[in-house]
Amino acid sequence: MGEATIFEISSPGRIGVKFPKSDVPSFELPSELERKDLPLPEVAELDVVRHFTRLSKLNYSIDSGFYPLGSCTMKYNPRINEVTARLAGFSKTHPFQPVDTVQGNLALMYELQQWLAEISGFTGVTLQPAAGAHGEYVGVMAIRAYHDDRGDKKRTKMIIPDSAHGTNPASSSMSGFDVVHCVTDERGNVDIESLKSVCDDTIAGLMLTNPNTLGLFEQGISEVIEIVHQAGGLVYGDGANLNALLGIVRPGDLGIDIMHFNLHKTFSTPHGGGGPGSGPVGVANHLVDFLPCPVVAILEPASGDFPPFYGFMEPAKSIGRMKAFYGHFGMMVRAYTYISMYGKEGLRQIAEGAVLNANYLMALVSDHYKLAYQRICMHEFVVEGHWPNAPEVHALDISKRLMDYNFHPPTNYFPLIVPEALMIEPTETENKETLEKFADALIKIADEAVNEPQLLKDAPHNTPIGRLDEVKAAKDLVLCCWIPETET
Amino acid sequence: MFIPHSDSDKSEMLKKIGLERIEDLFQDVPEKHRFPDLNLPEAVSEMEALQNLKDLAEVNFSTEDMLCFLGAGAYNHYVPAAVDSIITRGEFLTAYTPYQPEVSQGTLQAIFEYQSLIAALTGMEVSNASHYDGATAAAEACVLAYHHFRGKRNKFVISKGLHPHYRQTIQTYFQGYEKLRIVGYENEIPLPDDDDLLEMVDSDTAIVYVQYPDFFGRVRDFSKFVEQVHEKGALVAISVNPIALGMLKPPGEFGADIVTGEGQPLGIPLSFGGPYLGIFATQKQYVRKLAGRLVGETVDKEGRKGYVLTLTAREQHIRREKATSNICTNQGLIALAATVYLSLLGKHGLKQVAKLNFDKAHYAASQFDQLADFEVVTGGPFFNEFVLKCPMPVEEINALLLDYDILGGYDLSRDYPELENHMLVAVTEALTKDEIDYFVNSLQEVCHG
Amino acid sequence: MENPQGLKYTKTDEWVKVDGKVATIGVSDYAQSQLSDIVYLEFLVEPDDDISKGSSVVTLESVKAAADVNSPVSGKVVALNDSLSDEFEAINTDPFGKAWMIKVEMSDSTELDSMLSADEYSTYCEDREH
Repeated sequence: MGEATIFEISSPGRIGVKFPKSDVPSFELPSELERKDLPLPEVAELDVVRHFTRLSKLNYSIDSGFYPLGSCTMKYNPRINEVTARLAGFSKTHPFQPVDTVQGNLALMYELQQWLAEISGFTGVTLQPAAGAHGEYVGVMAIRAYHDDRGDKKRTKMIIPDSAHGTNPASSSMSGFDVVHCVTDERGNVDIESLKSVCDDTIAGLMLTNPNTLGLFEQGISEVIEIVHQAGGLVYGDGANLNALLGIVRPGDLGIDIMHFNLHKTFSTPHGGGGPGSGPVGVANHLVDFLPCPVVAILEPASGDFPPFYGFMEPAKSIGRMKAFYGHFGMMVRAYTYISMYGKEGLRQIAEGAVLNANYLMALVSDHYKLAYQRICMHEFVVEGHWPNAPEVHALDISKRLMDYNFHPPTNYFPLIVPEALMIEPTETENKETLEKFADALIKIADEAVNEPQLLKDAPHNTPIGRLDEVKAAKDLVLCCWIPETET
Repeated sequence: MFIPHSDSDKSEMLKKIGLERIEDLFQDVPEKHRFPDLNLPEAVSEMEALQNLKDLAEVNFSTEDMLCFLGAGAYNHYVPAAVDSIITRGEFLTAYTPYQPEVSQGTLQAIFEYQSLIAALTGMEVSNASHYDGATAAAEACVLAYHHFRGKRNKFVISKGLHPHYRQTIQTYFQGYEKLRIVGYENEIPLPDDDDLLEMVDSDTAIVYVQYPDFFGRVRDFSKFVEQVHEKGALVAISVNPIALGMLKPPGEFGADIVTGEGQPLGIPLSFGGPYLGIFATQKQYVRKLAGRLVGETVDKEGRKGYVLTLTAREQHIRREKATSNICTNQGLIALAATVYLSLLGKHGLKQVAKLNFDKAHYAASQFDQLADFEVVTGGPFFNEFVLKCPMPVEEINALLLDYDILGGYDLSRDYPELENHMLVAVTEALTKDEIDYFVNSLQEVCHG
Repeated sequence: MENPQGLKYTKTDEWVKVDGKVATIGVSDYAQSQLSDIVYLEFLVEPDDDISKGSSVVTLESVKAAADVNSPVSGKVVALNDSLSDEFEAINTDPFGKAWMIKVEMSDSTELDSMLSADEYSTYCEDREH
């Protein structure tokens, strides 16, 4: 008994919202441009509110429970963020307003640029990218522009470690780089010999996630960066895991040249069922001129009682514009609110809490699940969701069974280099008892896997719907409930 | 606040881990860079944070303080209260990408309905779950076309009527493609004619991009245009304003291969330019090349209908460097807002709001038509925006209009140097006849010092 | 399913059946079982295209994975198995028969020499299982 679609509950003549009667004369549209049929639903406001309220109840969310989805940093999204982003002074400003009418917006953006630069040890920041992957694309293009600008045209390759998130190789090849891989060593670090073997004067750079997708801090980080720099390449930092480093170490200080931030992971802006994200990019001094345009700058410094006058500026050798307007401003307001509430001392507590939680949870389950690597982890850790004495049970089954215990599953089958991977990121906002209950569920499932494997194979049992037929979805391909009339 | 640990929690947890101090967790971090001093302000409470943000917001002038005649790709429309009330529900707000369909049917079905509504609105067969905005959707459409021809066609023909930011974004996305040419930039006075693009279309052309209504607000029938482009084997993409489609013939009926657009008019606040919504619809034959998330209908073991992310093998997490796009999210909550907005307005409401925009913009234009010093340059049909030639530079006019609490139209000379003194005036349902009259009078007053 | 004798195999799981100068190419049973249910197939080449050894000729997708099929030989494409586009199931049910993918007129038949025999390939597959 699923929820009917909005088209199915439509009934002719209903309308959910009414607009004022026109107070101007009616004008004619040429009939050849007139729309004959508008096949949208016809529903009253209460129908709409009930429909979407019922749909919402089919979702698991951070607000409803523990969501340890590795690499996604599903921390609590403070409600104050939603209030500040909706202040009319922000939410009702047009992107093309004269700059002297939006000095508040520009001041906020400028300060956020400065704060992100300070937190990560970079010189310049662009707030324009719409998401992490969009920021990565900025990164690889800025790296190309940097080499081109120096007349160094032979750098056609990007190095990607085998533990990397899929967006890294996709961003590289999308912008025309050939991807070469380096492998992970037995401690979970970039294998130095493997890295050296692919480093020559044709490499543009390395895309490095640190802490990496195994949740481990790159122990040879300084050497890795040194090797790439020696070969003339630049190091891109994937900032997906920055939550582990706030106030602990600044990527720029380590020698990373360029990095994206995920405001929707590290800085608490809501994930919203998949978006909108926000993926600002920070760069070291030698890349500032290549940032996308525009960036916010102080056009006239403060003097006397007058605050600085802010405006937009185009970096000298900018790679260009990445999207319309200036970025996801609403997300910037939220991140700004969040950072201001933690301040200079508080940010470090975020990373400490996240790393403490991950290590505690890891300690609670390590007797029952095989750890991919035996080391202190950072904000997340990876276990293998498979046991020799329960051969038919896989990571997916464990994930589905966790739903029956009212938990969201971890990320599964990633990173690819760990068989049957379960990647668990608790975040700093979870309390000790929640972690213990989750560990208890995992331990119970480990027991069920051996004694009652079918319970896992058939899971979930308590969700609104069971495991879905993905093959059918891909073969039959029903992508909308409205079928256009085809001309005959 | 947001971190729950007490000191005793921390020490018990550390004990279990086998460490003494929190600092011991970070021994892999190079010592000389560990625990930097951050030059940031001191932390504030929620109450203070709210006040600080209010102070910043109050420095701005918003469309609550001014009458908005500014559009150019972002429009001041009324947003029904139910939209925000639904998208702020924690179940939608704080869920992630629906990787686990059994506990994400709410998000999945909402996206499925979004796809359905967008397909219905554009007259296309398939819509994805959305892109970042109108500009990146346009760039992704070019990516689709490029890969559709496997890189063998190396020319994009792009109308000057496509939003300047979208054109710039396409340029940025393709800067690594050395063989590629992006053409269609020749200037014409007073306004460019898309039919002039046809002579640039040849067997090397992958895609032809036009906008409907175009950046100048004009609307035209593209049926013949599309036919002629198709004769050369190229794809046609049309960027749309979704509100306009409440009354205008949908681009699907022109035979468009791809329809993109900025979804902001569908219940999304102006919010200084984002987050917005990239509409992306296409015909079924291109679905495998379509970047971004797709939700499909299927059943569970017991035959119950449900929804899943589908065709994921196209995407970066499986294809990695062979994926044609790196996109891994959609605009989630913003797409939900558009879904709720379209549901609330429905068949009648969307038509009504489109007609209000159309009539009010035409009323404004008709008033200027009667004035000697102003000229409505837009010839032929337009939607809710038109080009007005003024007797003095638009930037100066707009500065003066602020004293009348009016946010004037877009200064076209910013992107089209040949259009000096040309203002792009947008009129939406949010403005009354009296306010339009006030605008016309104020503009006249300002120009006559 | 056994790997038929008489065919040649690659370490990337393609098979080749040689008939004079013409090589028929498909993917092995091992490959289809690793991919699971195929939901999509796309030919990346057309008849008369000249291809070189190692170039991608077909893309396969299942719900969990995607794979390119690479030609083990150089030459000219002479035929595509168009019926597969509607009937991907054959790749899972009859990988060595109905699910042949393309035929290539070989320009250098010595390229076959480095390929594996059925027995060698079977051993290779077994090794990967463990």
